[in-house]
Amino acid sequence: MSTKLFSRILTGGLAALSLSLLALPIAACGDDDDGPAAGATQPGAATAAASPTTTPEAKIGGSMILATTTSTQDSGLLDVLVPMFTKATGVEVKVIAVGTGAALEMAAKGDADAVLAHSPATEKKYVTQGDLSEGQLVMHNDYVIVGPASDPAGVKKAASLNAAMTAIAANGAFVSRGDNSGTHAKELELWKAAGVDPKTVKQREETGQGMGATLNVADQKQSYTLTDRATYLSLRKNLKLEVMFEKAGLLLNIYHVYVVSPARHANVKAAQARAFVAFMVSPEVQKVIGEFKVAEFGQQLFVPDAFKDEADLEKQ
Amino acid sequence: MAELWDGFQEALRLILRGDANLRDIALRTVLVSGSATLLAMLVGVPVGYALARARFRGRTLVLGLVNTGMGMPPVVIGLIVWLMLVRSGPFGDLELIYTKRAMVTAQFIIAVPLVVGFTSAAVQSLPPQLPDLLASLGAGRLRSLWLLGREARLGLLAAIMAGFGAVVSEVGASMTVGGNLQGNTRVLTTAIVTETSRGQNDRAIALGIILFLMAFAVNLVLTMVQHRRLR
Repeated sequence: MSTKLFSRILTGGLAALSLSLLALPIAACGDDDDGPAAGATQPGAATAAASPTTTPEAKIGGSMILATTTSTQDSGLLDVLVPMFTKATGVEVKVIAVGTGAALEMAAKGDADAVLAHSPATEKKYVTQGDLSEGQLVMHNDYVIVGPASDPAGVKKAASLNAAMTAIAANGAFVSRGDNSGTHAKELELWKAAGVDPKTVKQREETGQGMGATLNVADQKQSYTLTDRATYLSLRKNLKLEVMFEKAGLLLNIYHVYVVSPARHANVKAAQARAFVAFMVSPEVQKVIGEFKVAEFGQQLFVPDAFKDEADLEKQ
Repeated sequence: MAELWDGFQEALRLILRGDANLRDIALRTVLVSGSATLLAMLVGVPVGYALARARFRGRTLVLGLVNTGMGMPPVVIGLIVWLMLVRSGPFGDLELIYTKRAMVTAQFIIAVPLVVGFTSAAVQSLPPQLPDLLASLGAGRLRSLWLLGREARLGLLAAIMAGFGAVVSEVGASMTVGGNLQGNTRVLTTAIVTETSRGQNDRAIALGIILFLMAFAVNLVLTMVQHRRLR
């Protein structure tokens, strides 16, 4: 084959390719969900999607942005719930998994439509400011302190949560999220309760990353860390970390869902966001939350709490 | 070491089984990065050509900017595009944030300086008297351009490789502006980050193998084309 002929074929091919590809992003990106692919590969999705629609005014359509925490993403819960919601309402959900701090900042700027967060004290500030409205209690699980089996700081023997934190400060290495997430806020709350200034803890490092990544770092460095139980259980098969301290009132991890206030942010997709809040507290979804991965782990990852009184949770 | 080997075996099994999820992510990656590269070629080749041929005041400044752009961290470009496209940003009303189009936009901006730089270098490497020679032989303007392009083809192919290689392997900008949405804007690099933080190491390795093979295939084809011309 002559060079000339070859180059002609090459150029012709390239030209055709560029033309078709120019058209492609428009055609392919216009419809920004790839449909069934979104949920089809998740093991839990098939059964979950079979449950009936949750909102009477089904098929709202359109799309919305849900700002949420990395823990709901890393545990895989939203991979089950979001396809259910999309099936019931026709609303495409863009789940942006960031730290709770960043999720709430998105709400404050009107860059999201709904928020699912787990840092009640921080959330309160945004509710007072008027950025979050129509909040609902969704579920809770708990935080656990995990660490290396050798337990160099003797956390397992600690009589109280405060004693556990003090022991780590004195004799252990601690890996912090350091990303303004709900878990990070909780960690700072624990240090404060124990009367320890985290800046003075010599062997404390911040990853600035999500829960999964932070657990991996703690595992490799044989350090202690604070984690929500759901993410820890989901990743346990790859970790050598063990639960060192659990079950204390302060270790409760409570999730709320909110609509980003349409009164304050004109661009908010109020109908879609309200449908999502209603969906999260509906009986069907609460049941799915309660049963999530129970078969796999032999214990409950999330306790559904819709319409319960938050004060009652902390008494338990 | 055992974990790496197990992960590798499981990864091969996933690939050979034709896992639908992996396939979708791979195809989406080609679509997004391929579109960005082609758009970058459409803009970058003429600009690179013009920069190499034209003499104007401030040309050095522009070349300097292009060279800086070639080394610009993708994550910074991602941040800027995110600030532009996010709902409270200047172009928020376009509702482009967290879409494939937003990813194409960011990757386009990453690739353009590379394409301009490589094209410019390729054209400058041609004998400077070549355009005059072609004109004196009676070649029209379009025909001259065409012949020059053919002569500079080695460099142009390098421009495609550099552009595609840069955008297909970058993770920061795609994560920020695309949002890593499952079944929508999750591409190979962002999926590797997700699977790693979820502890799904075998899937992460499988995605890594696909990414490597994809980059390899593109470079192999283009290298073959280059060598073909040399013969």
